[in-house]
Amino acid sequence: MSLGNVSNLGRVLDSGSFAVTVEIGPPRGPDIEALKRKINLLKGVADAYNVTDNQTAVVRMSSIAASKIILDAGLEPVMQMTCRDRNRIALQSDLIGASALGIRNCLCLSGDHQSAGASGKLKGHAGSKNVFDIDSIQLVSVLKGLRDDAKQESGDAVTHPTPFLIGAAWTPLAPPVSFRTIRLAKKINAGADFIQTQAVYDITKFKEAVARARDMGLTDRAAILPGIIVPRSAMMLEYMHKNVPGVDVPEAIIKRMAAAPKENRVAIGIDIAVELIARVIEIPGIRGVHVQAIEAEEVLPEVIKRAGLLPRP
Amino acid sequence: MIFGEQKPIEALIEKIAGHKKILIAGCATCVAECAAGGEEEVETLAPLLSMALRKKGIEISIETCVIEKQCEYEFLEEIAEKILHVDAVLSLACGIGVQALAERFKNTPVYPAVNTAALTIREQEGVWATRCVACGDCVLGETFGICPVSRCSKSLLNGPCGGTRSSGKCEISEELDCAWGLIIDRAESCGKTETLITVNKPKNWSTSSHGGPKRKERKDLKP
Repeated sequence: MSLGNVSNLGRVLDSGSFAVTVEIGPPRGPDIEALKRKINLLKGVADAYNVTDNQTAVVRMSSIAASKIILDAGLEPVMQMTCRDRNRIALQSDLIGASALGIRNCLCLSGDHQSAGASGKLKGHAGSKNVFDIDSIQLVSVLKGLRDDAKQESGDAVTHPTPFLIGAAWTPLAPPVSFRTIRLAKKINAGADFIQTQAVYDITKFKEAVARARDMGLTDRAAILPGIIVPRSAMMLEYMHKNVPGVDVPEAIIKRMAAAPKENRVAIGIDIAVELIARVIEIPGIRGVHVQAIEAEEVLPEVIKRAGLLPRP
Repeated sequence: MIFGEQKPIEALIEKIAGHKKILIAGCATCVAECAAGGEEEVETLAPLLSMALRKKGIEISIETCVIEKQCEYEFLEEIAEKILHVDAVLSLACGIGVQALAERFKNTPVYPAVNTAALTIREQEGVWATRCVACGDCVLGETFGICPVSRCSKSLLNGPCGGTRSSGKCEISEELDCAWGLIIDRAESCGKTETLITVNKPKNWSTSSHGGPKRKERKDLKP
């Protein structure tokens, strides 16, 4: 199946254009207006919009519902789906439902453990039961089966195939680093069409990781979109460096943010993001970026514009 | 071995407060090994409970016993006589022992004093850690002798998630090794990392507790 026929993101990747995705986190209630504000802010800046699935194990509007709202507003969602809360019956049922609603991209994730609870900022539901019936790589293969063979995981038929562009995540700098390329290969062997990565700040280390993937021929088989998170403060960068697995922030970047006067912090953060994008564009095998600005989406249009990535094809 | 740990004394008092005479029944097997319900714990708990009850103005006569294997019916006969003289049993066995008592002595209330927590190994003095969840379809042959089903907090079968900390520990606790980190280490030292590139298919969980309670018959062993 040609990627270009599946979704807009697939079309952009297929045409050889450099792709841009951004993230729209669903609200913690049935607040369509909150979603619409983000939609209006981000319309036209990306080829597709990732919709998170109860990230950090915090209850939010479902990724399917939020994806449909985004779709109705004329934007293309990348519905994220984790294996934490659904078994293979529910996952497939939701995938068929999402497909019927017109959702065409799905990012397959294991999901944060239910003990995450917004990194301790909220109570969350640490006492809940998790599922993890299948893992993210198996979910990729389930999607591939539904799409290419119109078959469920068990082998039973579905009446119609579900046309999804299949995504997976990559955390190239989490230990054991030596295995992370192999894990990426497994995701691509299972059927991933595109890969979005954990936030990249250390370009040197990331470049080496991509080179390893390239040596295995992986960059020819799937489109890799490095994650760029616009920094807001030195504290945020330090927090991510210390606490977010697989995120290495070079000291120079932290120092630069720390040295910025308060009124210039947003601007410096944007500068850093623009520079990071410029550097990943140069890496052979990179075919797009996944740009995030956590709880500060308003900076994204400027970041993407200054990176030279507007207008979108 | 089965690992258990004692419930807080307040929770025990709540259960036995209405009784006049109770029997604290320990077990000399797993719970003795993990110092939750063996002879020593039984003899420590009895006076502690008495004291705590007396403070509340409650008088309960407490007897004690330790059963060799509380999870086997034949070992329960030795306390059949004793049970006639008490009106409740506080069992320090694992959940299996508690149920064996309840099945054998139908008219006597049995309360658990221990929370049965896991199938563990004693990693070192005073430290127990999960090694098995009795999934009924052992994968250790494919995972270099380290179990991802019980030791990965997401039971992943295809390698570590993106949550591995820089220390190599699991995203849920700095105290837990990433099971896949251990598997990969061992694969590397065996020179067999390439086998880990195989995409493992979804597991058949019907052999585990998800397939319903087990009742296994061995015809060759039946009378």
